[in-house]
Amino acid sequence: MRIGVVTFPGSLDDSSALRAIRLAGGTPVPLFHASDDLKEVQAVVLPGGFSYGDYLRCGAISRFAPIMSSIIIAAEHGFPVLGICNGFQILCESHLLPGALTRNQGLHFVCTDQPLTVENNSTPWTSGYSKGDRLVIPIKNGEGSFQASAQTLHELESEGRVVLRYADSNPNGSKNDIAGITNARGNVVGVMPHPEQAIETLTGPSTDGLTFFTSVLHSLVGR
Amino acid sequence: MSLDTVAIATAQPDTEQPWRELGLKEDEYARIKEILGRRPTSSELAMYSVMWSEHCSYKSSKVHLKQFGEKAPQSDALLVGIGENAGVVDIGQGYAVTFKIESHNHPSFVEPYQGAATGVGGIVRDILTMGARPIAVMDPLRFGLADAPDTRRVLPGIVAGVGGYGNCLGLPNIGGEVVFDATYAGNPLVNALCVGVMRHEDIKLATAHGTGNLVVLFGAKTGGDGIGGVSVLASETFASGKAAKRPAVQVGDPFAEKVLIECSLEIFAEDLVVGIQDLGGAGLSCATSELASAGSGGMSIQLEKVPLRDPSLSPEEILMSESQERMCAIIEPSKLARFMKICKKWDVTATVIGEVTEGKHLEITFNGELIVDVPPRTVAHDGPVYNRPIAKPAYLDSLTPTSLPSLDSADEIKSELLALIASPNIADKSWVTDQYDRYVQGNSVLAQPEDSGMVRIDEETNLGVAISTDANARWSYLDPYNGAKLALLESCRNIATTGAKPLAVTNCLNFGSPEDPGVMWQFAETVRGLADICLEMGLPVTGGNVSFYNQTGSVAILPTPVIGVLGVIQDVTKRTKMGIPAAGLEVLQLGNTADNFSGSEWAHIHGQMGDTAPLPDIATEVRLINLLLEAQPLLESAHDLSDGGLAAALTETTLRNKIGATISLPGEYIPGGVAAALFAETPGRILITVTPENLEAAQALATKFDIPFHHLGTTGGDALIINDATIPLTELSQAHTATLPRLFG
Repeated sequence: MRIGVVTFPGSLDDSSALRAIRLAGGTPVPLFHASDDLKEVQAVVLPGGFSYGDYLRCGAISRFAPIMSSIIIAAEHGFPVLGICNGFQILCESHLLPGALTRNQGLHFVCTDQPLTVENNSTPWTSGYSKGDRLVIPIKNGEGSFQASAQTLHELESEGRVVLRYADSNPNGSKNDIAGITNARGNVVGVMPHPEQAIETLTGPSTDGLTFFTSVLHSLVGR
Repeated sequence: MSLDTVAIATAQPDTEQPWRELGLKEDEYARIKEILGRRPTSSELAMYSVMWSEHCSYKSSKVHLKQFGEKAPQSDALLVGIGENAGVVDIGQGYAVTFKIESHNHPSFVEPYQGAATGVGGIVRDILTMGARPIAVMDPLRFGLADAPDTRRVLPGIVAGVGGYGNCLGLPNIGGEVVFDATYAGNPLVNALCVGVMRHEDIKLATAHGTGNLVVLFGAKTGGDGIGGVSVLASETFASGKAAKRPAVQVGDPFAEKVLIECSLEIFAEDLVVGIQDLGGAGLSCATSELASAGSGGMSIQLEKVPLRDPSLSPEEILMSESQERMCAIIEPSKLARFMKICKKWDVTATVIGEVTEGKHLEITFNGELIVDVPPRTVAHDGPVYNRPIAKPAYLDSLTPTSLPSLDSADEIKSELLALIASPNIADKSWVTDQYDRYVQGNSVLAQPEDSGMVRIDEETNLGVAISTDANARWSYLDPYNGAKLALLESCRNIATTGAKPLAVTNCLNFGSPEDPGVMWQFAETVRGLADICLEMGLPVTGGNVSFYNQTGSVAILPTPVIGVLGVIQDVTKRTKMGIPAAGLEVLQLGNTADNFSGSEWAHIHGQMGDTAPLPDIATEVRLINLLLEAQPLLESAHDLSDGGLAAALTETTLRNKIGATISLPGEYIPGGVAAALFAETPGRILITVTPENLEAAQALATKFDIPFHHLGTTGGDALIINDATIPLTELSQAHTATLPRLFG
């Protein structure tokens, strides 16, 4: 199973995402922003970082990278896409996901081991979880406050498209404690927490994030 | 301004020059004229003034720093020593590690965010320049009193700057220090450490060899920021009534540095450079003169080719600009095309600005006119050397012993402990460290508040490195010679506590004005102590940094030698953490406590300094380190006892995993009673936990290494119980964690 990870200028968690795919049993494939070649991958991860230095708005410039035009077309045909942190911001800027990620309520960058609740286990990235599972996965961002119109929030909630919710406390002022969402079709998922940094007890607070990567491999086998 | 050329300088020898404004002394200006046999051109004057500044030339410290060479221990680990951008040590399996600390103190006071940010950026480029991939950063920070108004301006900006730059580079921040003391008001210390890793064969040096090879400037364009930063800012005491110095602080762009890192590593991987140097303090003046000086000497530069952000810059300004995110490489002409292709891939501007020549002079032209013609060694290495006057300061004769309460009741134990752990220096630092990304790169095995930061180097073999930075400025104030030794020993202990073996040392020596004989005495004593202890411990010094003029008026900062120690651990999965991991474990203290509160945090919160720093016991410390390394399989947790003594260590180890402990301190076996047992900061002590089954084996090992041990109690419950004082963990946590958020929002 070939899973791609896109490196934009300023991507930071690309190497960790590649490692997570490898540890989950997949074949990690590095992809470069300047090419539109998806190299026959069967799913793709947009990793965390500060692509283009977060200039203009987080994700606003990356959204126009050649690789994104291929990903947008593929996503519209059901191709699994996971955006993590900056990747989530890029997915919102690309309009593959609704809403926007804005400056944290406390105005600080926040790096912490964040308790989360799984709300939706029907996406290819979360199918290995049970609904209501409690996870601890790092968050690390300055602009992670999820905002959307009342109409959009209503749609996300009523259609069960909230994938992850912050548990115990809301670290950044996100509406409805939203930490991750999916599109109407369920193949595109964006999350602010970093599952690729919770795959080994040696280096992370838990191994709770690994299931994102094993889930997508199982989903692809089942196709 | 008209162009001042070598021809004009020769023809008009008597032109008045602003050497004084550029920070040069009269005899230094005379020396430049003697070297050149004429007056310098304005461009040459600019170059000499920045390169002969205290910050670049180490003119006040050189005579002392040479002890590090004279007393250097035999070491097989040292691959590249002092003098290059950063020292390099062998950690086995073909890996080499480079690490270094630098100060960015003065810019961070003027412009906290940018000063701190570019401090991180500068040290990361030093590490990159050696051919290494940067893998982690640490930031020892010092501020004025936590509740002082200016600290509220300086601290949030500095913390945001460290985070803003480091987070954007994708470098985990795995440790550091946050210390408050009144003497740092007006003189905050921002020290930045970076560690990088490479294969032995990939080490790069800053040298320009090979006639005809090209000089290529790559990275950000040159702007007007940071002009004269080193000479004007870092080499002079702040005084009121002078013009604002804001423009002399550089402005950082971490995104530009991130792509510069990836671009450089790809260039290194294809072996495309002969030599490389980053542009930091003194900018192009430093890079060209150091590269040429380390090579055969000859270099010609066409300065008008330097890409500018601000086209109005004069040649002097271009030479002095400290614009960030720039590198200078020496490249064989046949490799230029490939070099340029990689730069284009990463959207990095790269420009050939000159070449290595046969001669012995660095010649710089601007639109065809010769404006610099100097022997590069005279700029880079032959700066002035001062043997400044030294005098033992008078304050040392008027120190008074501490006079602190004895703790006679449970209420007193509880109230004194809670007051200590809530004090800004001991309080939980999450407010700071949660603004730093400690996870990125996925190899952080330990990060703050653990005793040392630890990073995995090899995923197959689990080889890793540990790094710790330490300083005890109050002990250095009381006794700078032994204070330096104690700081190094504490750093080594922190490394061994996590299961790694100390391997090499770096340092950042922060002091007041070298023109004050008392400060100079503190400095000389510190260097002597540090050189001696490194020889005694067999640890090579790989490099360092000196920051003088941390002084407002006549008040100098506490002498603050920050010592960084690098250790190696063969299997990072075996590391020891500080937090109590389970209930039902035995709590032991290794090492004895002495009845001395001088320089301690407990004395500090009672407004006292004391009179006598502890004396280092090197033989015992070495045995303790060896004991920790051998006992590692028996240890459930281990934590060094240092600032705040046992009281702070019990707080930190119980709160880490919210598992309490019941501790019995029979006052009679400790001189000074319960107060000393809890609050003395006697060096050479470790708090460990072991399972009941391993208790005897642990005690046997301690006996084998002749290290005293004390069975203090057991773990479990939801309170820290000390004798008959019970402190619920919720109350302990509230006291420990509320202080910084309350002060800084």
